[in-house]
Amino acid sequence: MRRLDITRDTCPMTFVKTKLELEKLKPGEVLEVYLSEGEPLDNVPKTARAQGYEVLDISHVEGGTYLVRIRKRGGGG
Amino acid sequence: MSKKLSLVVFHGNFDTAVAAFTLASGAAAVGYEVNLFFTFWGLNIIKKKQGRAFVGKGFLAKVFNFLMGGRKNLPLSRLNFLGVSPKLMTHLMKKRHVATLEELIQASIDLGVNFYACEMSMHILGMDKDVFIAPVKEVLGVAKFLEYSEGGEVLFI
Repeated sequence: MRRLDITRDTCPMTFVKTKLELEKLKPGEVLEVYLSEGEPLDNVPKTARAQGYEVLDISHVEGGTYLVRIRKRGGGG
Repeated sequence: MSKKLSLVVFHGNFDTAVAAFTLASGAAAVGYEVNLFFTFWGLNIIKKKQGRAFVGKGFLAKVFNFLMGGRKNLPLSRLNFLGVSPKLMTHLMKKRHVATLEELIQASIDLGVNFYACEMSMHILGMDKDVFIAPVKEVLGVAKFLEYSEGGEVLFI
């Protein structure tokens, strides 16, 4: 499992960093992204889905921070 | 078909360079094919030598390139104050957790953005392709630009 914290980043680095991490995933592997509400929460899951990744779930962590779990398809798991 | 964004990076100011690389890295991150065409002042952004250096062929070209400088000398398009402002702006960007120009350029390279340099303005300034950083993969003119940007969005910055 990979983990990425973009809670302190702003556009475009929120989804730039996410994209660069997603590219490192092996099929079936999951990336945990910690991000802030607003633009990152709106866009990161959307752009991940648009690029063929599976958004497993979005959960509230605390305050304005959310956790999005993204999985690369394939790999049987 | 995949989406495409092509930027003509003409002005080569600090702030316009930030705008260009923000769009480039952001678009590349959401799956766009991105082309950056550097021309005239924009060529200063992609020089290997980031400070002032006598590059180019011929006396006038060397002086011109020295005066223009490289990426560390990009002026702010307003309120430049002899080059102090871009440094203050970078300080503010770091403080506010906004990506700096260097980070945006590196992100664009990592995401596979295509870098091109304009043949005609290089000719005027006596520059060769080896004046530029490695990601600049081709020197080209208007015909190739039209070919590469065809079917996508084009912006002039």
